[in-house]
Amino acid sequence: MSNVGIVVVSHSPLVAEGTADMVRQMVGDEVPLAWCGGNGHGGLGTNVEAIMAAIDKAWSEAGVAILVDLGGAETNSEMAVEMIGEPRAHKIIVCNAPIVEGAVMAATEASGGASLREVVATAHELSPS
Amino acid sequence: MSLGTLDKTGTMNKVDLKTLISVAADTIAAHAEELTSLDQAIGDGDHGLNMKRGFEAVRAEADTFATKPLPDALKAIGTKLVMTVGGASGPLFGTLFMALGKEISAEPDRANLTAAFGKAIEAVAARGKSQVGQKTMLDVLQPVHDALLQGKTGPEITDAADSAAAATVPMKALRGRASFLGDRSIGHMDAGARSTALLVRAVTEIIEGQA
Repeated sequence: MSNVGIVVVSHSPLVAEGTADMVRQMVGDEVPLAWCGGNGHGGLGTNVEAIMAAIDKAWSEAGVAILVDLGGAETNSEMAVEMIGEPRAHKIIVCNAPIVEGAVMAATEASGGASLREVVATAHELSPS
Repeated sequence: MSLGTLDKTGTMNKVDLKTLISVAADTIAAHAEELTSLDQAIGDGDHGLNMKRGFEAVRAEADTFATKPLPDALKAIGTKLVMTVGGASGPLFGTLFMALGKEISAEPDRANLTAAFGKAIEAVAARGKSQVGQKTMLDVLQPVHDALLQGKTGPEITDAADSAAAATVPMKALRGRASFLGDRSIGHMDAGARSTALLVRAVTEIIEGQA
């Protein structure tokens, strides 16, 4: 797949899966998509290993945009990108955007063949700076 | 031998890494409920359980870590914490250990330990996009580094850590979940500052040979 991939990382698996459902409804299979949520022990939280697996699953040579909810999801996602390392790390960007709206907008942009930079910019437009 | 004399002798007390891990994990386990209550007051209430899970995972592999040279052992411990703590504390405490491992020498003296600790604090600040004064673990790490630089003794260093954790009580949180509460975060100790002070005490006392 040549389109940019989307990864959804929430503290809640229900939020992550629900967000991914909304993305699928918009873009079908046009965009590589993966989600993860929960601390890996049945509780709310985020987990670096699960995030790395989700990035693998949604991997595209065009890059991957990650949408996160609260602080820990962002910190853990940035850690996951660092642990994946180059040559892939520079093609993975953690977006500063609301998770649901950001994921749907970013995926819609990605489905048209937009570059990673354009996909991320679309998500960032949703966040007042 | 104590931390206070390290700068004079040039070599550090040969500390058994397995003992260090065991004492650190014991401390976290003994204070898990306290850490959780602190986090419940102004956060999401998972700090005690998360830290306990991470340090128990480190304890479970203590034998493996203990066979590695100190820099590699610290990096491996950091990676284990990243993978097991969950929550923002995982990457933050994990980065502290990983960066320390990157900078420390296999047989550190006090100067090397102090310099490596300073670099590790910078790495934590970058990971958390935070700085001193925002009611975080950095508010304990920095005073501890200052005490190391100033040639303070072990008991003075642990006192500095405890005072620094207590000093987060009147602060307003500017990072993490607690920052969502704004002024209501004032009057509570930061859970990460407390767990950092606990770890500093455990490690310092072992190096000092007091425990």
